[in-house]
Amino acid sequence: MKEEVRLMKGNEALAHAAIRYGFDGYFGYPITPQSEVLETLEELMPWETTGMTVLQAESELAAINMVYGGASTGKAVMTSSSSPGVSLKQEGISYIAAAELPALVINVMRGGPGLGTIQPSQADYFQACKGGGHGDYHLIVLAPSTVQEMVDFVGLGMDLAFKYTNPAMVLADGIVGQMMEKVVLPEQRPRRTEEEIRKQCPWAANGRKGLRKRNVITSLELESSKMEVINERLQARYKEIAKNETRWEEIDTADADYLIVAFGTVARICAKAKEIAAKEGIKIGILRPITLWPFPYEAIEKAAKGKKGILCVELNAGQMIEDVRLAVHDSLPVEHFGRLGGIIPSPDEVLQALKEKIIK
Amino acid sequence: MTQEIIIAGFGGQGVLSMGKILAYSGLMDDKEVTWMPSYGPEQRGGTANVTVILSDEKISSPILDSYDIVVVLNQQSLDKFESKVKPGGVLIYDNNGIHKPPTRQDINVYCIEAMNACIEMGNSKTYNMVVMGALLEVMSYKLPMENVIKGLKKSLPERHHKLIPLNEAAIEKGRTLIK
Repeated sequence: MKEEVRLMKGNEALAHAAIRYGFDGYFGYPITPQSEVLETLEELMPWETTGMTVLQAESELAAINMVYGGASTGKAVMTSSSSPGVSLKQEGISYIAAAELPALVINVMRGGPGLGTIQPSQADYFQACKGGGHGDYHLIVLAPSTVQEMVDFVGLGMDLAFKYTNPAMVLADGIVGQMMEKVVLPEQRPRRTEEEIRKQCPWAANGRKGLRKRNVITSLELESSKMEVINERLQARYKEIAKNETRWEEIDTADADYLIVAFGTVARICAKAKEIAAKEGIKIGILRPITLWPFPYEAIEKAAKGKKGILCVELNAGQMIEDVRLAVHDSLPVEHFGRLGGIIPSPDEVLQALKEKIIK
Repeated sequence: MTQEIIIAGFGGQGVLSMGKILAYSGLMDDKEVTWMPSYGPEQRGGTANVTVILSDEKISSPILDSYDIVVVLNQQSLDKFESKVKPGGVLIYDNNGIHKPPTRQDINVYCIEAMNACIEMGNSKTYNMVVMGALLEVMSYKLPMENVIKGLKKSLPERHHKLIPLNEAAIEKGRTLIK
């Protein structure tokens, strides 16, 4: 299968991408607004083509622990869910991070807290970037804003997860999960052979065949001095990831008077607000963090220089704004604008908020 | 060229699939497209709407405040979206079930009798394609019919491809409703 242009929903694109990027396994449990991921995979039946396993687990807990097991053997495995389901997966995610395993977790966010609503949200920023599960760990968190990025970040997320033996998350909002856009699917990447997995993952628990010492995959270490070494190794790796993998996009930030920081689909709503504002002579630059962890602190600090203020637009009550404030050290006004509970603000609302909170 | 369109009606009227066929047709004509549905429980028996944007350029927001063309197929949608037509823009509505017609003077309003047209054609299932014919007729961007046919082929499962001539006829019928 070669590259091809298709029209599809973000959720469908995630499923196609999982097959095209040569994943070995998907383990999930349905929840709106991301049920199309599992549905599309079942429809495409990749077990008959690439040999990829697709399994509807009995629960989210089972699904994430199947991912833990699959990842332990060096396989490329993933799961997807939406906010309440991702909460259920947090214990497993913490274990996978502690066991230093590559895996991909997708969250197509809906409004919370609790069962909340099935409408779009970005209220899981804290959960994705500041822990979620217990212990000192980080996920590599990618925030797609287009259906194309839903495809691309499945590949990127897995590549980064293997490069750093650390779980990655695609943190999408319900908007990009449900909308359809043009996408170019990548060429089919073959699934790795057993030999390739042995070479790439010498740590994997996939049978020693009398050739090496046994590999132990665990997140447990009762001896504190050893546990501290493990933690220090993780922290060193996080520093390395932050140094190498911080990603963001800027639109006309150099020439602007005001800066809007937004991630995911919301950044596109803000881009439209910027177009409307330009007609009124208001110059806005947009900075869109692509990796939410590691967060582009330096890029924001640089882009904020000489600006009159920053508006953080998020589908939550103000989460990413804390990191934006850390980035600019109170050197200029930083305000939040967001709608809650599944409401999506329009471009006019964003511009209005900028006028009321920043321009004044 | 950018066309910002919203189609709104009851769930089951074919609003979302009409938007999908329109988006696919644009894709076949090498345009950038987005298709953004309202989704969720409101689709079951309630109102459903879909925003479709077709453009030569990269599309920013899939969520809009105002539209070049608004197509409404019931009173609730008319009440909600009449004010969202850009000045000089177009409002298309089916008079079936409308008791409070639109009042704006600064837009072009087309009342189409799409349901009657379907009944004349003897197939009420082509309703959304009749409406799409009317929409294609008023769009300033003239989507070539060959690409609309390609869009239909892409959107419909293969087992339904035998219905494409019927859908094409419905689209042509819809075009004649714009007067």
